Amino acid sequence: METLDSYVLTALVGIPFIWGVVLAFLPSHRLQHIRMTSAAVAAMLMALTAYVFLAYDNGEGGFQLTREVAWLDSLGITFLLGVDGISVPMILLTGIVGLTGVLVSWTVQDRAKEFFVLFFLLVAGVYGVFVSLDLFFFFFFYELAVMPMYLLIGVWGSSSDFGTFLRPKEYGAMKLMLYLVAGSILVWVALMAVYVDGGIGSFSLVELREVTFSVEFQRIFFPLFMIGFGVLAGLWPFHTWSPDGHVAAPTAVSMLHAGVLMKLGAYGIIRVGIDLLPQGADDWMPVLIVLGTINVVYGAISAMGQRDLKYVIGYSSVSHMGYVLMGFATLNAIGVGGAVLQMFSHGIMTALFFALVGVIYDRAHIRDIGILEGLTKRMGLTAGFFAVAGLTSLGLPGLSGFVAEVMVFIGVFQDYPLLGVLGIVGAAITAVYILRLLSKVFFGPLDPRVDPLPDGTRLTDATRLEGFSAATLVLFLVVVGLYPKPWIEMIDSGVAPILARVAGLQ
Amino acid sequence: MNWWLFSPEFALTGAAFAVLGVDLLLPREKKDYLPALSIVGLVAVLALSLWYLWGRDEQLYDGLFLIDDFSLFFKGFFLVLGVLTVLVSVEYVRQHLSRPGEYYGILLFSVLAMMLMAASGELLTAYISLELLSFSLYVLVSYGRRGLKPSEAGVKYILLGAFASALLLYGISQVYGILGTTRFDEINAALAAADSPLNPAVLVGLALIIAGLGFKVAAVPFHMWAPDVYEGAPTPITAYLAVGSKAAAFALILRLFTQAFMPAFDDWQIVLVVLAALTMTLGNLVALAQSNIKRMLAYSSVGQVGYLLMGVAAISPVAATGVIFHLAGYAVTSMAAFLCIIVFYNATGKENIGDFAGLGKRSPFVAMVLTVSLFSLAGLPFFAGFTTKFYLFTAVAQGELLWLVALAITNSVISLYYYMMVMKQMYMEPAEDETPVPVSMLSRGVLGAMLAGIIAIGIYPAPLVDAIEAARSVLVWYVV
Repeated sequence: METLDSYVLTALVGIPFIWGVVLAFLPSHRLQHIRMTSAAVAAMLMALTAYVFLAYDNGEGGFQLTREVAWLDSLGITFLLGVDGISVPMILLTGIVGLTGVLVSWTVQDRAKEFFVLFFLLVAGVYGVFVSLDLFFFFFFYELAVMPMYLLIGVWGSSSDFGTFLRPKEYGAMKLMLYLVAGSILVWVALMAVYVDGGIGSFSLVELREVTFSVEFQRIFFPLFMIGFGVLAGLWPFHTWSPDGHVAAPTAVSMLHAGVLMKLGAYGIIRVGIDLLPQGADDWMPVLIVLGTINVVYGAISAMGQRDLKYVIGYSSVSHMGYVLMGFATLNAIGVGGAVLQMFSHGIMTALFFALVGVIYDRAHIRDIGILEGLTKRMGLTAGFFAVAGLTSLGLPGLSGFVAEVMVFIGVFQDYPLLGVLGIVGAAITAVYILRLLSKVFFGPLDPRVDPLPDGTRLTDATRLEGFSAATLVLFLVVVGLYPKPWIEMIDSGVAPILARVAGLQ
Repeated sequence: MNWWLFSPEFALTGAAFAVLGVDLLLPREKKDYLPALSIVGLVAVLALSLWYLWGRDEQLYDGLFLIDDFSLFFKGFFLVLGVLTVLVSVEYVRQHLSRPGEYYGILLFSVLAMMLMAASGELLTAYISLELLSFSLYVLVSYGRRGLKPSEAGVKYILLGAFASALLLYGISQVYGILGTTRFDEINAALAAADSPLNPAVLVGLALIIAGLGFKVAAVPFHMWAPDVYEGAPTPITAYLAVGSKAAAFALILRLFTQAFMPAFDDWQIVLVVLAALTMTLGNLVALAQSNIKRMLAYSSVGQVGYLLMGVAAISPVAATGVIFHLAGYAVTSMAAFLCIIVFYNATGKENIGDFAGLGKRSPFVAMVLTVSLFSLAGLPFFAGFTTKFYLFTAVAQGELLWLVALAITNSVISLYYYMMVMKQMYMEPAEDETPVPVSMLSRGVLGAMLAGIIAIGIYPAPLVDAIEAARSVLVWYVV
């Protein structure tokens, strides 16, 4: 088992990539085969992530399942993989969302093969970021995860048209691409600076974290990481790509992007930013916590004002990512631990949201919450799942969002009570728009503009496949909400060494 | 003196004349033998060079030519590039050009010229090699039959090229006048022994040489010829010009600035830094406004020159590797992109970006290869462009030019925008004409091979980097 273990992470990156390439050369007319095999591959990946989750030893901590292959000696680049208590929940998240994403993509008809090719390349990039311990490969996969987005959104996405408010999908695709790549300019520059200033001729995170960078250097370059990665994490005021991009994206891509890719940004902040430059992090955290609080409140208020159902979810993602940033900014064990748990919880929750919005849009062909009404009568299952996602979002005890947010709030109140209050206000606003949404869209009388459909047919509920996907996601929300101990212990084992480095400064 | 060391050059000259001679004997319908003969010639010379010159470090004509790993690497580079150019040309020449004999013959001469440029160890030899290359290209650029654009391109290229040659020659004369030598190693010794500050005449000479070479690589502000020439030339020649003449000029620049001018590093570094910054920024900004895809790629290649100049400005062993590595990655990527354009042009006779609408449905394979090459040019991962840019930028950052790297990365993002506009046309806009674009087996095979090359350099660059390191290790390095 020892030897096999060291290949698990390589397989996580390699399988989706190879599958993407192989798929590109298969005939495209056998749609059913493509879907079935893709689902099988995604299921296999999820099984692998579950294995990693179970195999990781919290007591021992540190990086496990490592594997190192020389790649380019002259620059000191090695293909170095490994996971710790922060990355394991993230790859589990990727496994879950990847599988459910494939399942809800059953409805993709147009150029489905190409869709799955790009989807699996995206998945390969995401796994790559979470398991890479070499900055070159970290950045390699980070960029890889951004690259397919333009085509995925531009070709398979959907436009928003409300007369006065028009957002073509090409607009969302281009905006998302340019914002994310612009963010990666900062990351790339900071990586170069770290490499050169580190002076050990290595891109290995494990080796670079042994280097103590000068205080001045850390102060200058930490904000580059914070903002560069922050763009992907939806950091205010660089978040505007997120609602536009997520709304325009096809369902599975919204799930993966809001569910997992935004976490890449947050992951980058803690894995690279805080870990390598703890002094810089310590100095800049007051800024981050203010921005994070704005994220929470501003995102929630924006979500209240939306008419497009998908925009509501898009802005709620901005709002919820704010809790992650606030949690990081506390730099204490409970706050940062809560932030990482929130990354997991929000990933599952928002994937569920987007999956269900996808179902509704697929049936009703509108997303206007001014028109949608009383869907429960026709789509009971969908409504039920949507309610669970909504309750997680507003922090109902017993669901995962509650645990994560409470941890973040406890952390925040230790140092910044005023901002903690604002954060709770944000949660209250969330409750307002979620409950309003639930009562308007799902309950009440069925609106005749929605049902029957123009062609005379009735709305249909989620298919068994879609129901299964949603149920899988709900399962994790409930499990983490009722029994968060294994998750929290694992996250703590990853967060503790990083915080120890910050604490060691004083 | 061992004349055999020159055997690849003699053999290639022979092959070029053979192509010209055979052309006289072939009837019109059998002209397709010419590219085959050219390829046989190029491959034979490649085999000969690798077999006979492997690991040698010798001089010819008392240091005028240097037979070392650097020359050998670039011989290989140019010969492979020659093969690719011939393959890319076959269908285009058949459809759009007359007189294939002269076309392929002159192409072989230009490959010879590039090999000589990379091997020269003396300024006048370098100059003559450069002129052989330029004259070959003057002819090839104006080879097109249709309209005024080929003539315009040819005239512009000849006039500005001659002007650049004059500058270069004047610079050489200045250097010779003061230092009394044109051999690289002797210039080096003379500069090292000279008092500081240097004689202004030497500085003028250096500046003129930089300007002359700047014309050849199309560095801003000496780039004006590039877009018109790229647009007017036959597309395979555009590709060849974008990659080959650039690589040859950079081979010469690397040799010249390390072997000869290194002691005056402090005097010329700032010039190159400014040129690099201007070149990459202007090239990428102007590319945004282009509607013809060849002009867009012309400006984008000006941008790439900026990155390469940046590598020269930060010169160090690692940076030299970075420059050559990026050149290699750019070569494969750019040839692939141009071949896609050629295939499309052969089928439709169009070359505006808007004409590519719906290519994703009309020919998924060509659209995919073009997308991959454009992503690679923009520097996105899995593809050559990311890895080579990362290498080059890291090397430059090590040379304490982090701000310039930041500018270069910003420019990469700008370039991504105009590349994405092409993808938008291919995948998101409906086609006016839905008929599939036919792709011959030859083009399919070459595109596939180049696609494999782009990905191979992107994910497994170690063998290529090893070869490049062997090549650049023969350059003389001074600790500045």
